[in-house]
Amino acid sequence: MFSNPDLQKLLFGRLTLDAVPLHEPILLITFVMVGIGGVAVLGALTYFRLWGILWRDWFTSVDHKKIGIMYIVLALVMLLRGFADALMMRAQQAMAFGPNEGYLPPHHYDQIFTAHGVIMIFFVAMPLVTGLMNFVVPLQIGARDVAFPFLNNFSFWMTVAGAVTVMASLFVGEFARTGWLAYPPLSGPAMSPGVGVDYYIWALQIAGIGTLLSGINLIATIVKMRAPGMTMMKMPVFTWTSLCTNILIVAAFPILTAVLALLSLDRYVGTHFFSNDLGGNPMMYVNLVWIWGHPEVYILILPAFGVFSEIVSTFSSKRLFGYASMVYATVVITILSYLVWLHHFFTMGSGASVNSFFGITTMIISIPTGAKIFNWLFTMYKGRIRFEVPMLWTIGFMVTFVIGGMTGVLLAVPPADFVLHNSLFLIAHFHNVIIGGVLFGMLAGITYWFPKAFGFKLDPFWGKMSFWFWLTGFWVAFMPLYVLGLMGVTRRVQHFDDPSLQIWFVIAAFGALLILCGIASFIITLVVSVIRRDQLRDTTGDPWGGRTLEWATSSPPPDYNFAFTPVIHDHDAWWDMKKRGYARPLQGFKPIHMPKNTAAGLILGVLSIIFAFAMIWYIWWLAAFSFAAIAVVAIGHTFNYNRDFYIPADEVVRTEAQRTALLAEHV
Amino acid sequence: MATQASAAMNFESGRSPSVAIKAVDPTDFYDAKGEHHPEGSTMLGFWLYLMSDCLIFAALFATYAVVGRNYAAGPSPKDLFDLPLVALNTSMLLFSSITYGFAMLEMEKGDLSRVQIWLAVTGLFGLAFVGLELYEFHHLIHEGATPQRSAFLSAFFTLVGTHGLHVSLGIVWLVTLMAQVHKRGLVPENKRRLLCLSMFWHFLDVIWIGVFTFVYLMGVLQ
Amino acid sequence: MSAATKAGHDDHGHAHGHADAGSHGSFKDYMTGFVLSVILTAIPFILVMSNVIGNNQITGIVIMGFAVAQIVVHMIYFLHMNTKSEGGWTILALIFTLTLVIITLAGSLWVMYHLNTNMMPMHMHTR
Repeated sequence: MFSNPDLQKLLFGRLTLDAVPLHEPILLITFVMVGIGGVAVLGALTYFRLWGILWRDWFTSVDHKKIGIMYIVLALVMLLRGFADALMMRAQQAMAFGPNEGYLPPHHYDQIFTAHGVIMIFFVAMPLVTGLMNFVVPLQIGARDVAFPFLNNFSFWMTVAGAVTVMASLFVGEFARTGWLAYPPLSGPAMSPGVGVDYYIWALQIAGIGTLLSGINLIATIVKMRAPGMTMMKMPVFTWTSLCTNILIVAAFPILTAVLALLSLDRYVGTHFFSNDLGGNPMMYVNLVWIWGHPEVYILILPAFGVFSEIVSTFSSKRLFGYASMVYATVVITILSYLVWLHHFFTMGSGASVNSFFGITTMIISIPTGAKIFNWLFTMYKGRIRFEVPMLWTIGFMVTFVIGGMTGVLLAVPPADFVLHNSLFLIAHFHNVIIGGVLFGMLAGITYWFPKAFGFKLDPFWGKMSFWFWLTGFWVAFMPLYVLGLMGVTRRVQHFDDPSLQIWFVIAAFGALLILCGIASFIITLVVSVIRRDQLRDTTGDPWGGRTLEWATSSPPPDYNFAFTPVIHDHDAWWDMKKRGYARPLQGFKPIHMPKNTAAGLILGVLSIIFAFAMIWYIWWLAAFSFAAIAVVAIGHTFNYNRDFYIPADEVVRTEAQRTALLAEHV
Repeated sequence: MATQASAAMNFESGRSPSVAIKAVDPTDFYDAKGEHHPEGSTMLGFWLYLMSDCLIFAALFATYAVVGRNYAAGPSPKDLFDLPLVALNTSMLLFSSITYGFAMLEMEKGDLSRVQIWLAVTGLFGLAFVGLELYEFHHLIHEGATPQRSAFLSAFFTLVGTHGLHVSLGIVWLVTLMAQVHKRGLVPENKRRLLCLSMFWHFLDVIWIGVFTFVYLMGVLQ
Repeated sequence: MSAATKAGHDDHGHAHGHADAGSHGSFKDYMTGFVLSVILTAIPFILVMSNVIGNNQITGIVIMGFAVAQIVVHMIYFLHMNTKSEGGWTILALIFTLTLVIITLAGSLWVMYHLNTNMMPMHMHTR
């Protein structure tokens, strides 16, 4: 490009035209598809003149409901990418036997399994969880927004920036080939000199800032902004699990931030934390990363437990059985989740004393989880159960998760773990709990709260299709992996020699196709529901016979959520209100104090992407420039004191009158 | 299924008076007068941030504890650390703490110019601290004790440097706040921000107690 | 927006300022804290620099004790920690965090000590 290599290095760091992998046909096809899709979306936005709406009502919005929805949209988009990776892996493993090398060379296959793990955990599961908490929690506690609305918007854009950074690795350069936790020395400068691990580090660091801040935000919201009368033991269970999840986020993510910072120092500065020479100790990375990693598992599953608790009691038309024990179980899990991290590396050689301690704590943590299962079962017992789609997901969860939990207890026994460590048995176990627990929970939650967010229910037929495809697909895809794991097949293998194993991989690949049908059905559900929205309309604000406060307001809720702050007497607040003859207030409305929209979060997100890109490619001038820009924008934002406004009483009156008319029409 | 749900809903919605268990005053269920205002969350939120920062330091301390004696045949703390310099550095941070405290006391009295003076003094002490630390780092690197020399030095520079980075950030924040106080006076927003910075500044003191004890003093003892 | 509601809101803001201001210390508090922390800093430095005790292990334990005492002093007099601020949530968060700090530090040391002895026997000699 330039005749002077020094100048080129100064301007572009290690970025050259070769970094764009045009020579790989699979990636080329992806480029073309993404290009066409991108042009189509941008064209449609322009054609339908949606840019203004998108900018004013969504991108710059500080409304927790909008931000929650945007998180979930991000997660669903990333789910498609993460699942495409999964399909590619299953296809490769189903064909790569003996003389057949499959269609993915090792260096590509390794990037795919790394990207699959990173995307599914950080950019699918995390945004789903955060999004759902963002949308639901303020409504459930009778608040008008979160404690720090701007911070919420900023957190979202940092998560997006992380996701964009991961996606960029597909088109410029490469992604890490290290597995989703990037253990050194493999991820160190000697073994991974390329940009892959740097993409990994910066994507996670940027998204991590967003996650941490949104955790702080939601804790402050739950602690400080509950409606009058809502004591801690009157909070809905989902709010409880959200509180505990966010406590885990605030307490665990700093460890990940620190350990990734140390890894980047090893890579950028040449320090010796995790190197093999000059006193470094790679085992310390594994130790630290799992001090974050195990709580992370509970960060994902606790909100799902909360969703199931709400759904079980709503669709059984009963109070949740054992509310207090549910709360205590959640709190116990929160604390115990910090005492089990070593079970992820029993085989590293800590010896019998250490291994047995962590084995026992791991078995103990299954007790409160088991208690929760019994609570849900007893809630259903003698209830008037309605088998609507959210309830189906819940029952599917209970069956699937119990199996996953039991294989987890098997792995908690150190001698058994020595046999099963890093085998496909482990893969099957954690997919069993993450798909059967987190993913089912999030899909249940989306189906359950969708009418609240958009004012119409999701189409039940396609919802059921999605459920059954996901459920059977999961079982068909992962049961063979349990078998293979017991036979000693390890994870992350690109090619096999033993032809007798092939049939199991073929079955697993077929299961993945069933899951593909499940995902497709879910997308069809969304499309069909939008088309049939008039038949599916929820005019009451309470389509399921709900029990908690979010069902007290309209669907979708007005910007201010509640015209008057509700007063709570019971943990099933809305049920209590309905039972005791609550009448919706029709007059006396007052102006409502609300936060103003701002573009600062989005600008900071974009600048962070530029900064990350510059750091990854060693473009130092751009890194310095974008970092300075981040500082200027962030400090500049603090000089803006004019951050709120009042929704005039007239407007509240108008909005509420519309709802009164709507309710009257459909009595 | 849908009709079943809506039937259940009508039954449960409580609109028919026969279901109502007891007549209630509507204000039992909502705050009609608009008296309820959630308390400010900033202090709690900022405290939670500090706790998360504390855990970042916990990870760095743990790393130092684990690899801090791996000298790789290079220099050890005894060869490197200059305790009188560390004592001087510590005193800078202690003085900055008390001067920030004075700024807060003046803020309560509402004396704007004295607040600014004490903030400026605090900033100068902070700068002195960072300056001394940079001098120490420069000296060490000059002697060949670079972060790349051994795991001990990697951990040392990272732990102490992260603290120093925090202090530097505190100074930038302090200057920003001085500008904002100058521009708007001691309005509630600025008071709240001054309180947050106060917490941040004193929190860094607490971390420094850990650093000088665990890294410097215990290091020389080895 | 009516003038009345605006005024009402401003009052509300002031009420906040006062509520927050309640958590400040007095001049006496700050001075007590300062004097105590100077003492608690000076003693460990003297103990180490002039090797008063003569036994490194005991000195180590003693200066750790001083560090803990000084941290408590800073928490009380500079950070104004008490069981009531923010409805007890700050102290709860602090206790939780300190527990995790201890778990992280003690756990890492314990785990890594065993890993080093079992897996890196060479390492122990090269120190």
